[in-house]
Amino acid sequence: MKQTKAFYFAPYSIWLLLFVVAPLVLILYQSFFDIQGNFTFANYATYFQSGTYLTMTFNSIFYAFLITLFTLLISYPTAYLLVKTKHKQLWLLLIILPTWINLLLKAYAFIGIFSMNGTVNDFLVFTGIGRQQILFTDVSFLLVASYIEIPFMILPIYNALEEMNPSYIKASSDLGANNWETFRRVIFPLSLNGVKSGVQAVFIPSLSLFMLTRLIGGNRVITLGTAIEQHFLVTENWGMGSTIGVVLIVAMFLMMLVTGEKKKKGAFRK
Amino acid sequence: MAKKTFKWSNLYLLLVFALLYAPIMYLIFYSFNDGGTMTSFTGFTWDNYTAVFEDSRLMGIVLDTLLVALLSSLLAAIIGTLGAIGVYLVKQRKTRNTLLSMNNILLVSPDVIIGASFLILFTFIGFRLGFTSVLLSHVAFSIPIVVLMVLPKLQEMNPTMIKAAHDLGANNWQVLTKIVLPAITPGILAGYFMAFTYSLDDFAVTFFVTGNGFSTLAVEIYSRARQGVSLEINALSTLMFLFALILVVGYYFIQQYSINKKHKQQHGRKGKEAVTLL
Repeated sequence: MKQTKAFYFAPYSIWLLLFVVAPLVLILYQSFFDIQGNFTFANYATYFQSGTYLTMTFNSIFYAFLITLFTLLISYPTAYLLVKTKHKQLWLLLIILPTWINLLLKAYAFIGIFSMNGTVNDFLVFTGIGRQQILFTDVSFLLVASYIEIPFMILPIYNALEEMNPSYIKASSDLGANNWETFRRVIFPLSLNGVKSGVQAVFIPSLSLFMLTRLIGGNRVITLGTAIEQHFLVTENWGMGSTIGVVLIVAMFLMMLVTGEKKKKGAFRK
Repeated sequence: MAKKTFKWSNLYLLLVFALLYAPIMYLIFYSFNDGGTMTSFTGFTWDNYTAVFEDSRLMGIVLDTLLVALLSSLLAAIIGTLGAIGVYLVKQRKTRNTLLSMNNILLVSPDVIIGASFLILFTFIGFRLGFTSVLLSHVAFSIPIVVLMVLPKLQEMNPTMIKAAHDLGANNWQVLTKIVLPAITPGILAGYFMAFTYSLDDFAVTFFVTGNGFSTLAVEIYSRARQGVSLEINALSTLMFLFALILVVGYYFIQQYSINKKHKQQHGRKGKEAVTLL
């Protein structure tokens, strides 16, 4: 029995060590080296002392918060209504389909839609507002990022609502609650886990959407992800890039602590 | 009254769907434009499509991308399935939960972190960047989703079946191939499919570990899009949309094939919503 266990575990543990543990250790290790390869704490000192990095981090978190909020506002009603439709599976599939289109293609589409002569500007001219610079602004970054994240928010909320025992809703109305009260006191609290995983699924990636800041945000918006990409692939200052990476990992764990729920049951039985 | 609110809700859903599909339809629409821009439609043409097929560099990249996706999802399916069986065999709850948390690290990490840390890893061990580094990275970030897809199937399996097989004289190999694998095949297939789409969809990780010589479609689109609009990309995205459509239909049938209804909705970004993270 021991031998068979070892057989199953061998490739998997190599993967765990090489691609899960080692990269995390290495990024932490790298963050203590400057661009010449000397051991130093300077990267952290720079990060926490220079206003630029802190402002950038704050902005990135703020943008991620806005993106999460927008997607949540659009997705919750969508998921709620989807559960009630007749051909749920089909509709759900249609929500998933756009996520299978490469993110870059969707971003690329917005280059056309938001451009000076694009559809949105034609519409603005038609309504009398006149042409506006939309592409390469903070707003365009927020809109495109929210657009891309919407399905990832809908799915977990949908799953949570779908799993809900419908007899609770009946019980609630039997006990005299009106629709709004049922929603506020029964449906919403029960779907909260879905909202939490949706927030997780949207917030953390939103901190690191560097391709969107480059293609759509026109480098006006700098997220943590943009800064990491810049340090690794443009200025080749891996130490500083890793330092920001460590900050991002810490932010990720904090986020998971806030939204993670302690389940007493086995972790994966849904 | 009830009828009226029902209508409003349908309108809302329609609006959301329109919003989700508008950019894609926009891309497809302008792929037939002979004007060369994505803003004014001057006339219908197939030229952009012939340009895609005549662009041998682009076609090479398409083939490379497919090759990476096929190989990485296959390898990830094998390693992930073995890993899932391994995790299943662990009886101590603590060890098991630790293993699962470690399994999920790559699922929740932002792409940029995965890409940057893999880049450090490859440089650290002196590995040359190119096809193999991209392939290994794709295998690496696909393994956890396979584990998550296979594990529920293992847990649904009746453990007395394995005992019975052993009692009847089957050796370990026979138990694996005759009892365990048939029971978890739907999970493996679903995992393989998810891994395949992750690989096709990935941009950020590949961007970090691709080096100079090798390119995948996403990386190529990024560099072309930075130079401005080219309707060849529109034509290509139309073709990719059709391909995704076929994949979705395929995935749908695999899901249907899967006996268990409960795990029907386990897809989505890196399975996060399926996991709800400990």
